[in-house]
Amino acid sequence: MPITLPPINWLSVLPSGLLALTAILVLFWDLWIREEDRPQIAWLVVTGFVATGILSAILWGRTDSSGPLALDSYALFFNCIFCLAGSLTTLMSGTYLEMTKIRQGEYYALVLFAAVGMVLMAAATDLITIFLALETMSIAVYVLAGIWHQRLASNEAALKYFLLGAFASGFLLYGMALVYGATGSLQLASIAEHISANGSSTLLLVGMGLLLVGFGFKVAAAPFHVWTPDVYEGSPTTITAFMAVGVKAAAFAAFARVFLHTFDAVHTEWEGIVWGIAVLTMTVGNLTALVQTNIKRMLAYSSVAHAGYLLVAMVAGKDLGGAALMYYLVAYGFMNLGAFGVVVALSQQGSPDEQNEELSDYNGLGFRYPALGMAMAIFMLSLTGVPPLVGFTGKFYVFSAAVKAGYIWLAVIGVLNSAVSAYYYIRVIVHMYMQDSEHSLDIQALRPALTAAIVIAAAGTILLGLFPSASVSLARESFLSLG
Amino acid sequence: MVSAVVFLPLLGALYLLFIPSQQEEKIRQYALGTALLTFLISLGLLTGFDSDTADFQFVSQANWIEDFGIQYAVGIDGISLFLILLTTFLTPLVLLASWGDIHTRVKEYQFFFLLLETGMLGTFVATDLFLFYVFWEVMLIPMYFLIGIWGGPRRIYAAIKFLLYTMVGSLLMLIAIVYLAYLHNVQHAVVTFDLLRLYDVSIPLETQRWLFAAFALSFAIKIPLFPFHTWLPDAHVEAPTGGSVILAGVMLKMGTYGFLRFALPLFPNAALEATPLIMTLAVIGIVYGALVAMVQPDLKKLVAYSSVSHLGFVVLGMFAFNVQGTEGAIYQMLNHGLSTGALFLLVGIIYEQRHTRLISEYGGLWKQVPVYASIFLFVMLSSIGLPGLNGFVGEFLILLGTFKANTLAGVIAVSGVVLGAVYMLWMFQRVIFGPLTNAANQTLRDLNRREILIFVPILVLMLFMGLYPNPFLSRMEKSVEATLARIEQSSVVSTASVATPSSKEH
Repeated sequence: MPITLPPINWLSVLPSGLLALTAILVLFWDLWIREEDRPQIAWLVVTGFVATGILSAILWGRTDSSGPLALDSYALFFNCIFCLAGSLTTLMSGTYLEMTKIRQGEYYALVLFAAVGMVLMAAATDLITIFLALETMSIAVYVLAGIWHQRLASNEAALKYFLLGAFASGFLLYGMALVYGATGSLQLASIAEHISANGSSTLLLVGMGLLLVGFGFKVAAAPFHVWTPDVYEGSPTTITAFMAVGVKAAAFAAFARVFLHTFDAVHTEWEGIVWGIAVLTMTVGNLTALVQTNIKRMLAYSSVAHAGYLLVAMVAGKDLGGAALMYYLVAYGFMNLGAFGVVVALSQQGSPDEQNEELSDYNGLGFRYPALGMAMAIFMLSLTGVPPLVGFTGKFYVFSAAVKAGYIWLAVIGVLNSAVSAYYYIRVIVHMYMQDSEHSLDIQALRPALTAAIVIAAAGTILLGLFPSASVSLARESFLSLG
Repeated sequence: MVSAVVFLPLLGALYLLFIPSQQEEKIRQYALGTALLTFLISLGLLTGFDSDTADFQFVSQANWIEDFGIQYAVGIDGISLFLILLTTFLTPLVLLASWGDIHTRVKEYQFFFLLLETGMLGTFVATDLFLFYVFWEVMLIPMYFLIGIWGGPRRIYAAIKFLLYTMVGSLLMLIAIVYLAYLHNVQHAVVTFDLLRLYDVSIPLETQRWLFAAFALSFAIKIPLFPFHTWLPDAHVEAPTGGSVILAGVMLKMGTYGFLRFALPLFPNAALEATPLIMTLAVIGIVYGALVAMVQPDLKKLVAYSSVSHLGFVVLGMFAFNVQGTEGAIYQMLNHGLSTGALFLLVGIIYEQRHTRLISEYGGLWKQVPVYASIFLFVMLSSIGLPGLNGFVGEFLILLGTFKANTLAGVIAVSGVVLGAVYMLWMFQRVIFGPLTNAANQTLRDLNRREILIFVPILVLMLFMGLYPNPFLSRMEKSVEATLARIEQSSVVSTASVATPSSKEH
């Protein structure tokens, strides 16, 4: 009996395939490479990410949604975010890995495998593929969270993330089962058809609710965010950066594809609950961040708050919210990766026990190291949403989407939250510029790679803020490719 | 040309970054040079200004974010012209003054100051609401650094309070701006943030109230209108001299300018409706500011509270909605910029030497530092509105306008003038006259040449503006009339459209 192979659209597999190939190459190279050459692996990893990013840019505009992996501008746009996160993370990792004695081969391979999961998640067009992609990404990230195994906090982070993550996966899977039960299909397109033909049912609503919990966990939305601070604080800082941007973007990619597109017909059924989650997430994230003294915890709660702003875009709905969400993720990617880059720059100076992660460690940084201080100030101001930096354009996009969709109160709550957030972001600047340091912080010259990562992030933060026109329309067109 | 004026300081600031911070003298000279050059170019705006039209002049436009219909659009008219000149005039003087009191982190100080100048100028020239908002926020950040780094002992508290207060107000304004653009899109099917086109939106009264409230809150905090003034004394007292001068001299005017340019003509019905409330607040501000200033033991706080009082006059003049009141308000903005700026500079000079601002520490300075004392006298008289000096013209016009609109407010405001004279003269008497009792004051030195150079242009301008206000008023006239006409006309139009149910688009 001849076996007929299912038709495979190779183009849609290409980006994830390229990353997977790079990961395998890294694993093999790691077997033979001499110890002192091991840092060279990073360049292969960066090349893999950049190549995938360029590939996605070349493929941009093509559409094919026949298989379980779609080829559309939406997924390709997200690919670029993942590749940005991956390559900047890799650039930051060099010295940090040497200091922490984390094994480089495994580390880089896992980063790449996690990225494979992310790329698949953005492209997945049926629920099972989404789940598999999510697990591919998550398992790699669980391991990465605990990869600094000499450090207790890192072990704790991994365990906590894994246990709670597994629990959330259960919710997600059960939600998928119920949606399948309600609509008779796992394919997003058929689910959408079924919903627009038959409307919603109780079963579907419960299924959607459970999906919401699952995605809410991954994007760190309140009240499913409780893992965030411990995991972010305990994980190696470079991985925290990768998680904060990459994992969040991937989760939002699938989240938005399912909710904004597939469940669009029943938007009124879920907007209320997402509205509530958005408000709760912004408020809890910002209020809790106010009292943090550890910068990684502060950035963890800040990432919760930003998940809230992104949820505002979700509530605003398909017409404007989708593009706003995508644009905001780019903005968030640049400024947040940059901020973590500075954290890495400081933390790798001390011994493994002395991580320089307290806010008071930043005292006097601004004048002692003007360039580093200025970069951090730019990232903090951008996270606050001060024009003309990219964080402002992102917030403007999100909140104007909300206003235009009629959610004025949501937008008002959003901007008030951003005013609250000003306090803790500005506090970093206070420490850097307005307080004298008790102990002298000595930063050795940064590696070129780390400098490059911070410079790229700063350039993105400033230039995309000053000239947002092209990226704004790119986000809009990419979202439109969903149809 | 407008763009050149706005961005020249920014270019200068960026250039400063490349000079090693040890070369303080060079950095100071470059910064001062940039500011002077900006001033000279801005004089070209004055000479090229056509006072026969109310349209924006020196306009330049370019698309910025096409998806949102956002433009880089700048231009000036009779309302903004002199505020721009005030900014470019005060900045070099302040930088000149920084030789006296800024000895640490000189490079950063000059950098932030030039950045601040770009932010302020941009706010005055922007004719696109999005662009206006961008500059409005950009302006906050350097001022925050100036207070937070070079300020007094409670500088961090003051800086954060200043930033948060202004930010809360302005963020709500952002929502209102977006909503306004959205309404325009609904009514005219064009997405735009262009001020002139947004004037055409007809807004139902209920919506106007909300939008006006959002704009007004933001501007009222900035002015600051009573009871939103509590950030001001902190910010002023803690800020370095230069920061106080610019804060009082220019930044407070952003609020009143915002009312005149945006809040009043965009939402005329709501503005007219809110007039009694705002006039009341303004009058309270005038009297309250004066009374509180009277009992201040600290010189800088006294000047700070006097600003609350003076800005109350400006608001009063604007909300009289007639030519005299409005022109008086603009004139008074300039006067206050000069006189309060000069007062802060004067306080700064003795503070540099004695490191105290308590009035009780001084007394009898006339004998010790006669030049200082006479300049102080001149400035003080301008501040209380002595006829022949600039303050008189502004206050007179405002009171004239106010009496036409609301007699009671006018009567109370007059008492504010009297109170203003009382606290200023009393302070002056305690600081300058009397016997020189405190031995520490015997070491005070009189003004040096650099300091005299700072004050001469200010004093000349005060005298000129007091004796010969016509060149100023004639250039404002057309724009003021046009703005008032717009308020009157659109209030009639939208009152009519409110009555028709079709205008309810939600």
